[in-house]
Amino acid sequence: MAVMNLVEAIRETLRAEMRRDPDVWIVGEDVGKKGGVFGATLGLYDEFGPERVQDSPLAESAIGGVGIGAALYGTKPVCEIQFADFIFPAMNQIVSEAAKMRYRSNGAWSVPMVIRAPFGGGVHGGLYHSQSVEQYFTNTAGLKVVVPATPYDAKGLLTAAIRDPDPVLFFEHKGLYRAVKGEVPEEDYVIPIGRAEVKRDGTDITVISYGKTLHFCLQAADLLEKEGYSALVLDLRTLLPLDKEEIVAAARKTGKVLIVHEASKTHGIGAEVAAIIAEECLFDLDAPIQRLCGPDVPAMPYADPMEKFYMLSTEKCLAAMRQLAQF
Amino acid sequence: MPQLGESVTEGTIHRWLVAPGDLVKRYQPIAEVITDKVNAEIPCPVAGRIISLDVPEGSTVPVGTRIATILTEEEAAHAGSAPAGPSAPAEAVAETAPAETGSAGAAVASAGAASAGTAAPGSGGTATAVIAPPPRTAGGRYSPAVVRLAQEHGVDLSRVHGTGLGGRITRKDVEAYIEAQRASASAPPAQAVAPAAAAASAPAPEPPSAPVTGVPFAAPAPAGYPVRSGPGDRVIPVDPVRRRIANKMVQSKHEAPHAWTMMRVDVTDLVRLREQVNPEFRRQHGLSLSYMPFFIKAVVESLKEYPILNSQWAGDHIVVKQEINISIAVATEEALAVPVIKNADRLSIAGLNLAVADLVARARAGKLTVDDVSGGTFTVNNTGAFGSFLSAPIINYPQAAILSFEAITKTPVVLENDAIAIRSIMNICLSLDHRILDGLVCARFLQAVKRRLESYGPGNVSLY
Repeated sequence: MAVMNLVEAIRETLRAEMRRDPDVWIVGEDVGKKGGVFGATLGLYDEFGPERVQDSPLAESAIGGVGIGAALYGTKPVCEIQFADFIFPAMNQIVSEAAKMRYRSNGAWSVPMVIRAPFGGGVHGGLYHSQSVEQYFTNTAGLKVVVPATPYDAKGLLTAAIRDPDPVLFFEHKGLYRAVKGEVPEEDYVIPIGRAEVKRDGTDITVISYGKTLHFCLQAADLLEKEGYSALVLDLRTLLPLDKEEIVAAARKTGKVLIVHEASKTHGIGAEVAAIIAEECLFDLDAPIQRLCGPDVPAMPYADPMEKFYMLSTEKCLAAMRQLAQF
Repeated sequence: MPQLGESVTEGTIHRWLVAPGDLVKRYQPIAEVITDKVNAEIPCPVAGRIISLDVPEGSTVPVGTRIATILTEEEAAHAGSAPAGPSAPAEAVAETAPAETGSAGAAVASAGAASAGTAAPGSGGTATAVIAPPPRTAGGRYSPAVVRLAQEHGVDLSRVHGTGLGGRITRKDVEAYIEAQRASASAPPAQAVAPAAAAASAPAPEPPSAPVTGVPFAAPAPAGYPVRSGPGDRVIPVDPVRRRIANKMVQSKHEAPHAWTMMRVDVTDLVRLREQVNPEFRRQHGLSLSYMPFFIKAVVESLKEYPILNSQWAGDHIVVKQEINISIAVATEEALAVPVIKNADRLSIAGLNLAVADLVARARAGKLTVDDVSGGTFTVNNTGAFGSFLSAPIINYPQAAILSFEAITKTPVVLENDAIAIRSIMNICLSLDHRILDGLVCARFLQAVKRRLESYGPGNVSLY
């Protein structure tokens, strides 16, 4: 079995799906000859040609709009937004058109489109290359929002996203692209969208996260184990729809819940997860539900110490997990 | 739940005498509460309107638990003078009242007071009158999971050791406690073995000492000792009074190592004395003169001679009580009451007779007050009244000893001159806490009681 990093797993999944299904094609800025700024589409232009791997103008509204039109026409576009920070010009296309197409046409039409976008900070990207944008989309019914944290999950989830008959936003944390490696089977497999996964079992506290911060939590859980506390770590993997069953089961198991994400705290995923837990299993709770999230400031600072201050880390997660374990 | 007497740690709401919405006066009884062997009425500490009854009838709660919420008249007045206008006091009351503690309601009340300009000084902090101080904040707050587990498994949280932040009881603590209870319940029942061993050979060696101190008293059904009811059997639910008696007896038998001794007393002269004076006494007082005041008199005088019998075990020291307050066991059809004659050493025979008659009458009528049953330092038990010839009473914990007076029976005895005579003979039986008392002092005490009883006769004892 091949060991891959996250971006390799995504590239190989795109290749496999394009080989399998001639309707699958790619559109985005610099995705063609250059192979994308992160190399996610490297070599695909050579293999599949300019018609199936198309460079777009620097206009995200066009990428979104073209994707919707092509999807309605019967193809399966995989759009790449070069940085998730730039997705907002396509907001109208995504929220008002793609998300609502099936509903508004009474099921006659659907938009089988995937929009991939690298997001997240910690890479000295500054204001315009560090944002976590997933929360702008997770209150839009009609969309699916997926965030893989491992190469294995990336392949299974991207395969599911491409084959999904409705629009899927597929957010890849750019800080994980080359930082996380794992075995990825060559054969075809699908991880269903909407399923969370326990990445680490435990009995004292439950930590719920996704994306890059999931790895902070896993590392912190190893450190916490040495202090005598056992942490269950749940990877949400899909933010919309949330896997209520797994969330509630994980919360019930320990009664102490910490939700961790890089995106800002207010009106965030953590708030929604906390609300689900409060609604479903109050009488299993042994501590106030905790959140450790990005601060509510307008943007990721560029200066190195300020970026570190903004970003979560293994140490910050460990401190929050320890506090909850001791409560 | 107010503290209804010494060493009372909880009370059962027997009956509510008021309902939410009722206006109550200060000192008006609002509930009947059952504590150790008595029914007591709780007087209302303030005048106002009952907002809620927070403990249902039949529930037993620790002292200090809030049992009811009352809106005081002052608050009602302030709420009524709020901008809503004078016609809306009831609504205003309803809105401010449910505030958990003073804060929210107080804010409304004092705001209303400020706008009306008629505030009674210092009234802001009493938005809800809580009958007892609220439970300690740190120890009294539990997470939903802890409360649910405790309810599902009948766990008394005051027995659970908290390992969380600041001693907080965590869900894991409760789970561990339940697990430990389950493990100890399924362990071989050491207590069940002990009585059998004791019965087999009287001076049985100490049974393998099972740690019994942690066992809840009079537990509903000891595991490993299933009691099954078959067809035709009658099942009597254990009411709070029966439960109290059971707990008290188990506690005494568990904690105080009982020893027992008995002496024979010749009360021929006392019987003659009583027969002689009783008709006249009854005419004067409308009340028969019983033997009890003579027994009590003999006891209190002997206690003065041997004050160590009038004491209590306190772990690392012994408290010898100054007052001599005699508890008397009074049997009723349903239960047992043990009211107290305070300062019994200051009463005459006639005074004691009246005190006994009064307490017995009120015990049988269920009218004993908390004060009537607290403060006892030594217990006497007139078991002879039911014809008992010999008994081994259980000490009225935490007292040091209990003395029972058995039936007076005409018995042939050998006198000092070797003549055989028919005399009125009575056994007196003493159970003693062997942690405090030893055989010698108890024998001397019994001798003193015996000597006094045998000395009572026609013409040599003053009734007044």
